[in-house]
Amino acid sequence: MKLTGGQIVCESLIREGVDVLFGLPGGAILPLYQTLPEYPQLRHILVRHEQGAAHAADGYARVTGRPGVAWATSGPGATNLITGIATAQMDSVPMVIITGQVSRAAIGSDAFQETDTTGITLPITKHNYLVMHASEIAQAIKEAFHIASTGRPGPVLVDIPKDVFEEEAEFEYPETVDLPGYKPTVEGHSAQIKRAAKLIDQSKRPVILAGHGVIFSGAFDELKELAEKAQIPVITTLLGISSFPDNHVLCVGMPGMHGMAYASLAIEEADLLIALGMRFDDRITGRASAFALGARKIHVDIDPSEIGKNVKVDVPIVGDIKRVLLKLNKYVEPATHLDWVQHIEQLKKDHPSMNIRDTDKLLPQFIIRELSNATKGSAIVVTGVGQHQMWAAQHYMFTEPRSFVTSGGSGAMGYEVPGAMGAQVGRPDKVVWSIAGDGGFQMTMAELATLVENKIPVKFAIMNNGFLGMVRQWQEFFYDRSYVATNYTANPDFVKLADAFGMLGIRVTDKTQVRSAIEKAMEYDGPALIDFVVEQEENVYPMIPAGQTIHELIEEPAPEKVRR
Amino acid sequence: MTTTIRAPKHTITALVQDKPGVLNRVSSMFRRRGFNIVSLAVGHSEIPGLSRMTFVVEGDDAIVEQVTKHLHKLIDVIKVADISQDNVVSRELALIRVNSNAHTRSEIMQIVDIFRANIVDVAPESVVIEVTGDEEKVDSLTNLLRSFGVAEVMRTGTIAMSRGTGAGGPAPSNSSKVRLEGGV
Ligand SMILES: Cc1ncc(C[n+]2csc(CCOP(=O)(O)OP(=O)(O)O)c2C)c(N)n1
Ligand SMILES: [Mg+2]
Repeated sequence: MKLTGGQIVCESLIREGVDVLFGLPGGAILPLYQTLPEYPQLRHILVRHEQGAAHAADGYARVTGRPGVAWATSGPGATNLITGIATAQMDSVPMVIITGQVSRAAIGSDAFQETDTTGITLPITKHNYLVMHASEIAQAIKEAFHIASTGRPGPVLVDIPKDVFEEEAEFEYPETVDLPGYKPTVEGHSAQIKRAAKLIDQSKRPVILAGHGVIFSGAFDELKELAEKAQIPVITTLLGISSFPDNHVLCVGMPGMHGMAYASLAIEEADLLIALGMRFDDRITGRASAFALGARKIHVDIDPSEIGKNVKVDVPIVGDIKRVLLKLNKYVEPATHLDWVQHIEQLKKDHPSMNIRDTDKLLPQFIIRELSNATKGSAIVVTGVGQHQMWAAQHYMFTEPRSFVTSGGSGAMGYEVPGAMGAQVGRPDKVVWSIAGDGGFQMTMAELATLVENKIPVKFAIMNNGFLGMVRQWQEFFYDRSYVATNYTANPDFVKLADAFGMLGIRVTDKTQVRSAIEKAMEYDGPALIDFVVEQEENVYPMIPAGQTIHELIEEPAPEKVRR
Repeated sequence: MTTTIRAPKHTITALVQDKPGVLNRVSSMFRRRGFNIVSLAVGHSEIPGLSRMTFVVEGDDAIVEQVTKHLHKLIDVIKVADISQDNVVSRELALIRVNSNAHTRSEIMQIVDIFRANIVDVAPESVVIEVTGDEEKVDSLTNLLRSFGVAEVMRTGTIAMSRGTGAGGPAPSNSSKVRLEGGV
């Protein structure tokens, strides 16, 4: 069967089970767009900015576990995707991105809207392709989905020149891939797994550090089994949140820079760390040379290059978390670790990081706690980056897997609007709340139009502090309260803005209005926004300043102590 | 002259797809991660469609382990071997243009003889010397020639191969420290 390159792209996407994609057209990708009406099974969501398409594909992937798809035209279309691609790469999110390119004959001539897309995206993709013949499209797309969704997931980009979309070729979708340089190790090494089991059996003070890998591997039950069988407290990294229920007795929460003090202390006092699908990021370790010196370390990760990268480990295991845990759980002996578990309970009492100070003022922490209660911890929560993100991580009690969606490694402000859009498209059955910063929200709020247009009922809780709050906090702590370029003195009226976009808008200025506003937003059939006008100079605690250790932990609001 | 060296720097070989952009992927990875390449040589391998690269890199064991793992993570890289600890034959080719005149020519020729190098071009005021050997041999010849005035040096970078059954090639061996297949 002879098809055009554009038709081959669509046929291939359908073969890969794609049902929705996010994009925006332009000259180089137009031949592909013009084939779309032939494929009604492909739902195309027209965004307002390509960054929105990339973040939406990312949000979709994080809640479904399946690769998200975004596409854009050449030149500025492709460069607008960059933040979204880099975000997916940093957090290992499976994505397939298709970009139009100038026609083959024009490549290299600085033609109109030409940009070296494969060159630019080389360091921020897992792999990329420039496809020079229509006959090679199907193979490239097959490989792209395979690479994006196996091993350590990540974004894969396929760049296709305009005339290749128009060229005809015989279409047959390949059944297999031939990638001799790509054979991820899935099964962990048995001897290493046995060594790990022995270390666990011998340990007196073990903790599990669960990361994003647990979520992508879908190892929720296996993690719970390990924790319960040997009574091991579980600490979740920022991206590991929702891999283990926050209301489980063994859950100790998030460690690190803005983590729970007791979680960081538990790591400091542990004699064994069982690190699962996490990468000892500097936000967790602080100064890596002083991190968890008293603990032996088991590190399970599907990416061998993560092992030994930041922290020396005693038992490295390369493999898929679920497969490794299935074996490990068999070898590990049941244990109680009663003293240790009780000790951590005591740490929680002595270092109550979750307390919200008692005040009549409207605090973001309080709002998030209310949101958690109102949704019974079962909503999907998407955030931007900053103080509100940390408070969401701390105060929402996540009970379901894949329900916390946030830009961790990249820390990309603006993720909160399109990320939430993608999450809602991926899980139409769920309530999706975007906990947004007033700063980040304004970076991508053009996508509100996309939400309204496509009836995507995301609910927004804007933590409107009139500041680039997290940066302001650093200025308060480390630069003597010198607020350079962090105060937004003329934010738009977000309620009027909601109205202009055709969605529900509610303003909340008082503590007593919080719960009813949340309920009203959820009852509303469509996207809604609450402008929470919150305390402007509230700080996130605890805090371990960058590059420091648990000993420099700032637990409580006592700014005069921390000012340098 | 065959010399066996225990490389003080690390020698890594990689079997890679012979596709456009592969060198770019590899060098971009080295640049991005701040790994230091001393030399890099690329050429066709014995397998059609695959090239072999030899890297000499500087760094402690932990860094070199990261280099091999990150190389291996590239989809187009099929096989990576750190052959530093192996018994290897390593060679480099260099062309050296040295200033010379009637008075110095015979002295230069003597040095060239000792190093089993060749003079491949003679001009009134210079000669071009071709030398093959490991990195140290090329270094010491270049140094000896400096007093005459070295006008130009062109070096290929080291290529290296394990002795015996082989290591960097498709036949697996157990002798080298890091040998990865597959990828992430
Ligand atoms: C795209 C981008 N630019 C800059 C930053 C640096 N930055 C980190 S947090 C932050 C403040 C975010 O402000 P806002 O969205 O209002 O959230 P808040 O901290 O006030 O809750 C900034 C500017 C970033 N993370 N991302
Ligand atoms: Mg703010």
